[in-house]
Amino acid sequence: MSLLDLKLYKNMLLIRKVEESIAKNYDAGKMRCPTHLSIGQEAAASGVGLALKKSDSAVSTHRAHAHYLAKGGNLNAMIAEIYGKATGCCKGRGGSMHLIDRKVGFEGSTAIVGNTIPIGVGLGLSKKISKKKSISVVYCGDGSVEEGVFYESINFAATKKIPVLFVCENNSYSVYSPLLVRQPEGRKIHEMVKGMGVDSAYEDGNDIRKVYRLTKRAISKIYETGNPFFMELQTYRWREHCGPNYDNNIGYRSEEEFLEWKKRDPIKLFEKKLLKEKICTKGEIRRINKEVLGQIKEAFNFAKSSPFPDPSEAFDSMFA
Amino acid sequence: MKKKRLITFVEAIKEAIDQSMQKDGNVIVFGLGVDDPKAIFGTTEGLQKKYGKNRVFDVPTSENAMTGVGIGAAIDGKRPLMVHQRLDFFLLAMDQLVNAAAKWYFMFGKQQSVPITIRLIMGRGWGQGPTHSQNLQAWFAHIPGLKVVMPATAADAKGLLISSIKDNNPVIFMEHRWLHNLKGEVSKSYKPIPLGKANIIRKGSDISIVAMSYMVIEAIHAAEFLEENGISCEVVDLRTVAPIDYDSIYNSIKKTKKVLVLDTGTLDGSISGEIVSKVVENLWDTLDSKPERLAMPNFPEGTSFALTKNYHVSSEDIVLKILEMLNQDIELGKFFKKEYPHDVPGDWFTGPF
Repeated sequence: MSLLDLKLYKNMLLIRKVEESIAKNYDAGKMRCPTHLSIGQEAAASGVGLALKKSDSAVSTHRAHAHYLAKGGNLNAMIAEIYGKATGCCKGRGGSMHLIDRKVGFEGSTAIVGNTIPIGVGLGLSKKISKKKSISVVYCGDGSVEEGVFYESINFAATKKIPVLFVCENNSYSVYSPLLVRQPEGRKIHEMVKGMGVDSAYEDGNDIRKVYRLTKRAISKIYETGNPFFMELQTYRWREHCGPNYDNNIGYRSEEEFLEWKKRDPIKLFEKKLLKEKICTKGEIRRINKEVLGQIKEAFNFAKSSPFPDPSEAFDSMFA
Repeated sequence: MKKKRLITFVEAIKEAIDQSMQKDGNVIVFGLGVDDPKAIFGTTEGLQKKYGKNRVFDVPTSENAMTGVGIGAAIDGKRPLMVHQRLDFFLLAMDQLVNAAAKWYFMFGKQQSVPITIRLIMGRGWGQGPTHSQNLQAWFAHIPGLKVVMPATAADAKGLLISSIKDNNPVIFMEHRWLHNLKGEVSKSYKPIPLGKANIIRKGSDISIVAMSYMVIEAIHAAEFLEENGISCEVVDLRTVAPIDYDSIYNSIKKTKKVLVLDTGTLDGSISGEIVSKVVENLWDTLDSKPERLAMPNFPEGTSFALTKNYHVSSEDIVLKILEMLNQDIELGKFFKKEYPHDVPGDWFTGPF
């Protein structure tokens, strides 16, 4: 377990530090696109991402940095994309909300809530038709549960028996609107989905070991039964919906609520465990931190020094 | 002399799908009712039996998700052909069409395109009414990244559908219900007709009529009648409305100096408006009279037999418009006496849709 533990820790840390670096550099005005940070939600992303194979396909949402990095997406290409550079993973056409790294099975994230849910189901359908030994993973949030396409997709995946793992990160907010004004009190997302005919489970999304174990169990179940599986992971978004700042002062949620969740920082919690269980030493933690920060520095240097795409590329052919 | 091989538009569509599935094992066909007893007006008849339930299957009534499912399958290497018995239902799928299918290739830096073909069947008459009769080609043509195909003949239905399925991009393939029983000469072989190329379906010298889909048929009726009266019309069948083959349109107008553009959709914001504005921008000095258009009025189609009496553009309207443009007067005679009611394409059509 220890090697895996260190991988999980390092991946979460990478995501956290990448996001913090974006936040720190954002005000310079060089990352000129809407950017949704995953700080606070790292365990959900890393615990799922590291349980997947490269050949598993994943699609995600507007808040996709963590999913992309946990699936093994190229860091340099992601940062360059946010900087709008020619070396970005979409050559500057997508920005933060459209990430792709097909080499590692990250098939795309898009900006419209719920938009990639059926696309992920389609990837799974294609795998089923071709009898491929891999699954499709759909990352979504609690907001997407309010979109019609969510129900259509769950219904079709259940009816057609499609090998899809739905990963719903419930961070309790859609932009600034809390879950209570959006969904009936007491109705659990995972229970509702079970009622629709898809096996489901609920887990603490800030406990990376639990997330990882649940994902492994879910994947085995998908292979065993051929049916889709749905995971609801409870977590919390630390910063504003879109942008680099904290926003506990603007009035839609309280500082106390944030501080409660901060006590459950997935990275700090896991770091404590690793030390307590003597899986690694403080020195090793420092070394991992240094390594991660070095990698990030390199990625930002790469992005900043990369050329912009030629303006004429904006009017290249629209067609393949 | 070799006997002509005449088959209906429906048979041509079925043949195109069948041959495409035979050629490429990645072609899959789905849509509500593709394997039901009516088989989408007969166009998908027998395909499931021949290619299996893995490749031809019925789906839930979930237009938006099923479009997304098609997109996902397409980026994984399949070539989905989706079918909607009525275009109007496909409006539920605009997020997937516009935000995903049309953008994917561009927004992900040209790494992966979405080779999906979406067949939309459009109605007219027989009480199809406000929400079963919309011809929204202008909507789709407005979205960069989509190709929009509108065949008028059986041969084109086959050749253009083959090309649409072969195309690496999302293609909206629009079939007018009133064309389904039309017979035409169609080659038995697998022959794609290139997208984006218009067809001069009738040569002429006095005026150019530019049309798409069912309006091509009305144009030909009008042109035949006018020919008997010494007026020679050239009919340009657009075949695809995105992209539009302006070269063919301009070449025809350079010869005739006059143009009448027909549209199966409502007038404002229509394909016909786009064509007229391009003609004015590019051939202003060539034109010897102002370009004209005939399209549906800016109202939904009413359901009642009475309310559609003056709603649709027919060959009679085309004849009158051309006579006005040419400032000519001829004996209209029996051409203006219909053999069947105005809300059906012919005696064969008895509904229900």
